[in-house]
Amino acid sequence: MNDIAIVICGAAGQGIATVEDLLTGILKQAGYHCYSTSEFMSRIRGGTNSTLIRVSSNRINPTFVDRIDILIPLHFSALPHLKHRITSKTIILGEEKNIDEQYCDNREQIIKVPFSEIAKEVGGVIYTNIVAVGVFLAFFEVKEEISQTYLIEMFTLKGSKIVEQNIQACKRGYSIGNELVNSRKFRNTLQKDNSVLNDIILSGAEAIGMGAIAGGCNFISSYPMSPSTSVLVFLSHYAKNFDIVVDQAEDEIAAINKGIAAWYAGGRAMITTSGGGFALMTEGVSLSGMLEIPMVLHIGQRPGPATGLPTRTGQEDLQHVLNAGHGEFARVILAPGTPEDAFYLTQKAFNLADKYQIPVFILTDQFFLDSHYSIPDLDLSSIKNDKYIVKTNRDYKRYRLTDDGISPRGIPGYGDGLVNVDSDEHDEDGHITEDVHETRPKMVEKRLYKKLNLLRKEILEPELIGNKDYKILVIGWGSTYGVIKEAIENLGKDDIAFLHFSQVYPLNSNISEFLEKAEKTVILENNATSQFGKVLKLELDLDINEKFLKYNGMPFSAEEVIAYLDKI
Amino acid sequence: MTTELFDMPKDTDIAWCLGCGNFGILRIVKTALTELNIKPEELVMVSGIGQAAKTPHYLRTNIYNGLHGRAVAAAFAIKAVNPNLKVIVETGDGCSFGEGGNHFIHNILRNPDIIHLAHDNMVYGLTKGQASPTSQYGFITPVQVQGVTNEPFNPITLAIALDAAFVARVFVGDQEQTKEIIKAAIIHKGYSFVDILQPCVTFNKINTWKWFKENIYYLEDSYDPNNKVEAFKRATEKGKIPLGIFYTTTKLTFEENLPIYKKNKDPLYLRDVKLDKLMELLDSKRN
Repeated sequence: MNDIAIVICGAAGQGIATVEDLLTGILKQAGYHCYSTSEFMSRIRGGTNSTLIRVSSNRINPTFVDRIDILIPLHFSALPHLKHRITSKTIILGEEKNIDEQYCDNREQIIKVPFSEIAKEVGGVIYTNIVAVGVFLAFFEVKEEISQTYLIEMFTLKGSKIVEQNIQACKRGYSIGNELVNSRKFRNTLQKDNSVLNDIILSGAEAIGMGAIAGGCNFISSYPMSPSTSVLVFLSHYAKNFDIVVDQAEDEIAAINKGIAAWYAGGRAMITTSGGGFALMTEGVSLSGMLEIPMVLHIGQRPGPATGLPTRTGQEDLQHVLNAGHGEFARVILAPGTPEDAFYLTQKAFNLADKYQIPVFILTDQFFLDSHYSIPDLDLSSIKNDKYIVKTNRDYKRYRLTDDGISPRGIPGYGDGLVNVDSDEHDEDGHITEDVHETRPKMVEKRLYKKLNLLRKEILEPELIGNKDYKILVIGWGSTYGVIKEAIENLGKDDIAFLHFSQVYPLNSNISEFLEKAEKTVILENNATSQFGKVLKLELDLDINEKFLKYNGMPFSAEEVIAYLDKI
Repeated sequence: MTTELFDMPKDTDIAWCLGCGNFGILRIVKTALTELNIKPEELVMVSGIGQAAKTPHYLRTNIYNGLHGRAVAAAFAIKAVNPNLKVIVETGDGCSFGEGGNHFIHNILRNPDIIHLAHDNMVYGLTKGQASPTSQYGFITPVQVQGVTNEPFNPITLAIALDAAFVARVFVGDQEQTKEIIKAAIIHKGYSFVDILQPCVTFNKINTWKWFKENIYYLEDSYDPNNKVEAFKRATEKGKIPLGIFYTTTKLTFEENLPIYKKNKDPLYLRDVKLDKLMELLDSKRN
């Protein structure tokens, strides 16, 4: 792998995220591709958290690696926390008090730097991390004017003294870094690539949030729950600029009921939650199905059952989302694999929901949401939002039976008609009915079969990566996109290919052809029961030969996927 | 006064028992709406589940008959995305205070400009006679076989405690007074709550038409609804049940606090995505 993997590890509150922001931001300005991802404990202060930053000469897959090329321990707990990933090649760069040599395979690779002493000389221990950042910038031959401009922009609101001390702290780091380079303790193997300079840096949560804005989202009601909250925070931050009503709901039941009612009155609403919160919303999902009111739901998965591992990752809620809500009605489930996917699919979710008057789900996870990506661009010129709301006339019927099953959707206050919706079985007018002979069967067919037939025409094809004449087909969905792609690229075998699904329900029957062509099929999932494998079986009667399932709360690493696929 | 603008066709199948208090409430609400010149097209009646929650079906206007307990949450959202609509929740005591208790609390705090009419017959009718949060102490039912063992939920004291914009209690048997109070609730800005006492002729043999007549009285003309402490005192009185407007206050509504309506009053369906601003946001992520 042509990248350098840096890991910063310490307690919550020690400023790991600041180091991540500064390093990825400045290194990009200097011409490096960066990808970063964090794993952390469920607490506000303390614990042991780490962030992986992969710096590369080329565009990089959004993938977690076990390998650590340089480790910065900000706390004594860092080395024991990461002992499984430290090898004889890992450079350990930190303060003496944070390095217990029993965890270091190769003492030659230990570089002790009194970061906090230097920080105190500059102005206070608060600058400790900036000194460390300076060391790295020297490693990667970043011109000082780039980092200075960046620091000035970042800290200018805090006053000139703080800006100056940050710059000084960074300078001190530079001189240590230059010494280490001169004494051959560190060698930069990477090349700069100016094509990265205009890249966008964004997190998975921001990609979802921007996709929602592009899709016309103007109402979000949600109750905070990790790891989904960052989408609520993002939309709240930009609510004023983009005309968004933000409501921190009293509970998840309220959130979805508010979202559905917002669509009823002409808004474009979404909720963001995780498995436990979504469990509370399931009656609301059913309501969206019955009222034929669109709804967009973002679910950031984390491991369960119950509270589970609140800050960890998993793909355990596909079956939950697929089956949520009593009764029978149509739905769509999308599972983006890249930030680009997340943006375009979230935008599409609003239009799909509106066009077919159904709930549409966007399924992500902690690993995806909390990662930071560098991407070339997002194409806003291709963004198109159709308006499906009709102006009503006096004889308007909300549930008028039509050939294709879609009744034109009016909203109250737009036109001369009245818009009646009812969670009971209803007639065309939206009033309660118990006519089990004619109305009920027609309404079921409308909500379920007719809509599913239409939805089948809009199914996203899975993406095939690798040789078309494969013998082994690896299947994945959602956030495992990067790791499987990277593994296939590294293996360099021409008989293996990867089929990635960013729409996991409904599925197109032509998918069978991809699987039937393979001598062997393998599925990778971040759960214990192969939940997408079950969808393939149930929907298309497809069997998968082998499963690689990971369910400890951590994402797959490139190394373990490579090792697994190499043996297949 | 004719209420024909809001009347459903004569052959509409009404699911209520003969003599039910709901008929009186429906008539009063239609009259109040007519007298206030509210147009059916500009009104949304929101309800949950139960016999009271069917009321919107018998009144010609826009209706949102959602899930049990969630009417207030839905009404909040409808008003937030289109403040030009008049939004009235009309639903029962189970929906309002049992299943919907959390929404009752938190949306009073948010203060959307909505009206909440709670049909309060102190019993669950549609599920055949179990206790409601407002059932009286000792009330015997097929589930509460030894009688209800707790004091009833008092929505008036709770609404006052939460500083609801308008808090009143009425009795369906007094049509004229009830109509005037409901009209005042509709006109008042903010969360206007009206607890409507009514008998359930099938399942509540204790709190009957006669019982209500004997156990209610009106707050005197000199009563000042702007005095919160006095309102509390009267709302917590034991003995005969006081009726009237307990408390009113005026403050900014949820919609008025939303920055998106400060300059532009258009409801959200009239607005478009600001792709140019999104482009600016994207560009800000390039450095």
